[in-house]
Amino acid sequence: MSVLTTPRTDPGQRPGSGPVRPGTVSAPSFHRRRPRERTATDVVTLVGSLISAYCVNWLIFERILSGVDLFGFVVCTYLTFLVIFGVVTADRLGRLVATDRVVTLLVVTGALVVLVPLVVLIGYIVVEGLRALRPNFFVEDQQGITPLMPATAGGGSHAIVGTVEQVGLALLWSLPLGIAAAVFLNESRSRWRRPVRVFVDAMSGLPSIVAGLFIFAVLILPYAQSNNPLFGYNGFMASLALAITMLPTITRTVEVVLRLVPDGLREASLALGASRARTVWSVVFPTARTGMTTAVVLGIARAVGETAPLLFTAFGYDLMNSNPFRGPQESLPLFVYRNIRKPDEAAIARGFAGALVLMTIVLGLFAIARFVGRDRSRRQARAASMPRSTASSSARSSTP
Amino acid sequence: MGVERVPRVVRDVPSRADRRFDHLTMAAGLSVLVLLSLVGVFLLLQSREAIEITGPWQFLTREEWRTDVQPPRIGVLGLLCGTVLVALVAVSFAIPLGVLCALFITEYSTAKTRKWLTATVDLLAAVPSLLFGLWGFLYLTDKIVPVSRWLTDHLGFIPIFATDEGSNLTGSIFIAGIVVSLMVLPIVTSVVREVFAQTPPGEKEAALALGSTRWGMIRTVVLPYGRGGIVGGSMLGLGRALGETIAVAIILPGVPVVSWKILQNGGATVSGFIANRAGADEFTVSGLMAAGLVLFVITLATNMVASVVVARSRSGVGVEL
Repeated sequence: MSVLTTPRTDPGQRPGSGPVRPGTVSAPSFHRRRPRERTATDVVTLVGSLISAYCVNWLIFERILSGVDLFGFVVCTYLTFLVIFGVVTADRLGRLVATDRVVTLLVVTGALVVLVPLVVLIGYIVVEGLRALRPNFFVEDQQGITPLMPATAGGGSHAIVGTVEQVGLALLWSLPLGIAAAVFLNESRSRWRRPVRVFVDAMSGLPSIVAGLFIFAVLILPYAQSNNPLFGYNGFMASLALAITMLPTITRTVEVVLRLVPDGLREASLALGASRARTVWSVVFPTARTGMTTAVVLGIARAVGETAPLLFTAFGYDLMNSNPFRGPQESLPLFVYRNIRKPDEAAIARGFAGALVLMTIVLGLFAIARFVGRDRSRRQARAASMPRSTASSSARSSTP
Repeated sequence: MGVERVPRVVRDVPSRADRRFDHLTMAAGLSVLVLLSLVGVFLLLQSREAIEITGPWQFLTREEWRTDVQPPRIGVLGLLCGTVLVALVAVSFAIPLGVLCALFITEYSTAKTRKWLTATVDLLAAVPSLLFGLWGFLYLTDKIVPVSRWLTDHLGFIPIFATDEGSNLTGSIFIAGIVVSLMVLPIVTSVVREVFAQTPPGEKEAALALGSTRWGMIRTVVLPYGRGGIVGGSMLGLGRALGETIAVAIILPGVPVVSWKILQNGGATVSGFIANRAGADEFTVSGLMAAGLVLFVITLATNMVASVVVARSRSGVGVEL
């Protein structure tokens, strides 16, 4: 990554009187100019500005004023650094170059600042989670746990089972419907496509908590007196709420993937006499398969971490309940949410253990999605490097 | 010759398989339509009770939310105020960072760092909201409170940095907004990045060939070209921030107020407030439904304006929101 980006000039010289003077171009000692090059002087300016900024701030805050917290010190040092660097560069190379380089520094810092919270967040959850995470977390539930017991007692197996069942059921409802709707949006010529698209777009803005509230108000609240366990708090209701939140996401992402399939492939298939159903099944789906897999895996990753729709539907439960159709059920997000709101330390630590497991699952799914996506590009690269085998791989490698 | 040239009529006679396929996908599409409309219709129907008891105008303009008195006094104004403030704080952090990040990805990075940074931003989008809330509540609060303290001590004369004397600075809208901004950042970055990436290379090269520096090129070509995308991406981020639930529910105390004092403890957002009322009675649920409906309408309007802005701008054609 090149930070400093103007033509090379000797130290102290302004651009315009650069090292290559007219008339001497044909001389043997021709210096090849590169558009992006960093001279020793540039590096010295950068490091020197940083050091002097640090010293100035240290002097001000530690000697003259009486101390400041780390955050304020870093911010002030950074600002001083930018000013010093800008002034020095302006003196050496002119105002234009100075602006360019200061902006470059700002952009690089902005990109780095994005990394910081992610790293800190993941590190924090790992460190806190490992304190209470023991192998028994995966086989025990919260039976007989009292507030006085240590954080490592009991586990979250009931939550893991609940998450798997609820997300699995939600996929069962939303995946076929979402893919079929995406096919409808992209492959059919119906005049209903527009309204469906508008509704799908609108619903992807629906706050996920409202989906849970909707299921609660329609399917649970009216049957409160009926004692029918199917219409009470249970995992099945949670899966319905999750499905409502997942449906627009799956439809939209799969539709985007389907749109990437080149029309030439469809036309070739139709020209060979295939029906449109056959074209979708045998040409469009295989071509878009990796993209669809990635989309679906990312959809699962999102659904696993959803807490809001479950609050009104699965409700949460401290014991193992492996039947999603009867009685309140725990899930990992609910386990975390309920535990960290309890007042005792051990419960909060257990919540962190659950958070670590949840994060591992989500990041694992994310890694799988990226791996699937990358697998395709590697195959493409191989296909491109072997021109002989174009016949077998043309369909695949023409996927954008 | 004597043969008259008549354009051949292409007749589209779908086969039986095609017709069945058409019906099947159509049924799926329409069932999605019906299902999602059902959510909307039920939201309307269920919220009627609360709105009729309180009166629509009172519901929109009342700050407090009390179901323990007769008749119940519930209103959505305090919740809306908190929601909008959290979203504004979030967006005001996320837009500059998102634009810088997108600029870095499209204009400054090498292919390798670009791949890594894109993956990182995607990863940020994949982390569940719950974990952000947990982190913000138990870790970030301690780091931000000194900053809030400094801001209110030294810049307290600016209305938004003012706080009441001796007030608690944890659990503030400011902290919630910062946490939400991390969740909004990926969407802003990806929209802006896509728009920047579509800048015509000819115009960029022209600017460079005329002797401009890289920043000059960005200022005169990339930023004007991407303006629509920046505005649209920001509004899309705003829409996302308005609906953020769990992180806000964990951080904010959940007391609706109308106040500009974002640095002190207090406030609630619509979705966070709903989340804290799980297992409520029928009337409360009706009121929550009404609040959810108001939030939904606002989010919808924001998202629609965003997509119109992006689609109308020169750069936004073909950008998927």
